[in-house]
Amino acid sequence: MSKLTVNNLSCQRGYNLLFENLSFNLNPGEILRISGQNGSGKTSLLKIISGLNSPESGSITYNQSKANSEKYQLETLYLGHYASLSSELSCIENLEYLANLSTEIVSPDFHKALREVGLKNYENELVGQLSAGQKRRVALSLLFISQSKVWLLDEPFTSLDSDGIKIIESQIEKHCLKGGICILTTHQDSNIKNLREISL
Amino acid sequence: MNIFLTTLTRDLKMAFRNPSSFLNPLMFFVISISLFPIAISPDAETLSNIAPGIIWVTTMLSVLLSLNSLFHYDYDNGVLEQVVISHQPLSLILLAKTTAHWILTGLPIIVLSPLLGMALFLDSNSIYILILTLCLATPCLSLIGSIGASLVVSIKNSGMLLSLLILPLYIPILIFATSAVSQSQLGLPINGQLYFLGSILIVSLMTAPFVSALALKISME
Repeated sequence: MSKLTVNNLSCQRGYNLLFENLSFNLNPGEILRISGQNGSGKTSLLKIISGLNSPESGSITYNQSKANSEKYQLETLYLGHYASLSSELSCIENLEYLANLSTEIVSPDFHKALREVGLKNYENELVGQLSAGQKRRVALSLLFISQSKVWLLDEPFTSLDSDGIKIIESQIEKHCLKGGICILTTHQDSNIKNLREISL
Repeated sequence: MNIFLTTLTRDLKMAFRNPSSFLNPLMFFVISISLFPIAISPDAETLSNIAPGIIWVTTMLSVLLSLNSLFHYDYDNGVLEQVVISHQPLSLILLAKTTAHWILTGLPIIVLSPLLGMALFLDSNSIYILILTLCLATPCLSLIGSIGASLVVSIKNSGMLLSLLILPLYIPILIFATSAVSQSQLGLPINGQLYFLGSILIVSLMTAPFVSALALKISME
């Protein structure tokens, strides 16, 4: 059974201890929302789970592979605070590059992904000319082509309108119905069903 | 290798869509060299004596000026996070970004140098040696610079710190390159200087991408 295990995780930034001895398991199909005040360490926790940062102590494993290993990185999709898009490139060019960074995205249909997030006919539009919400939609369109099992989403609903939030929530639910795992941070109320929550 | 070409094409495409990012250091290069004859002396002998130093110092400063933007833009928009957690070899991606940096700064400097060499009254043989030293050493400037750029990527307004980190590493290149051109003006052999520049190029090509990758991972923590 492919489950994500977070064991006795501690994180320190400078002289501040953000959290310590944090442990939880996520089984296939589970969605976890991390809540907490600004500066409580939500983003730091997601970055540690993604393998981007190292914890002060503790370990993370998914399907017996440790965070930082190549196998683990193949299984995870991390979308951070920033949209990870370059203003000088078009929506398609940005998605092509991000897909190139991950072989989990095999023969993707970028046009379909952009249609799913309501950006039909925006394929060749430069990202620099899009609104903040549209940029977020372009980044989140990766969710429609990614085959990664673990999704790590940092404030995915920022700048999105209510329609956009519904589209992404429904995609997260579909992913988890197929046995995927999702961890997200958000300050907004969410309508996602069967949401587990931990507070930092 | 695919990710190398993809990253290289992406970075070049982005630069050509926002040309000021690479034209500013080039403008600095051309303008500062053309000011020397006005400030020092229009005398051909004086200028040809100091020409190797002028061109090489200005080349270094132009490269330093452009280094700050090597990773900063991708760091600010979050692309670098995706690059670091990608399973693709980080050093290969950074080598592609450094190659794009060289194509956008080092290569135009090499192309412009015969013209500026002539403006400073360098003879044709010295111009040929100048081009040769630039071909050997400008890739080193980008490669060594990429280490410094990855170390300071998360620091705002890090231009001064980057210069302090990188300039000492540039000094051997400056010594060998300028002495090669100066000695060629006197008709002396320059094989030693060229061998040194060649070996610096090989060593930096073999080590800089890996050191940059390590430095970038540390900076992203």
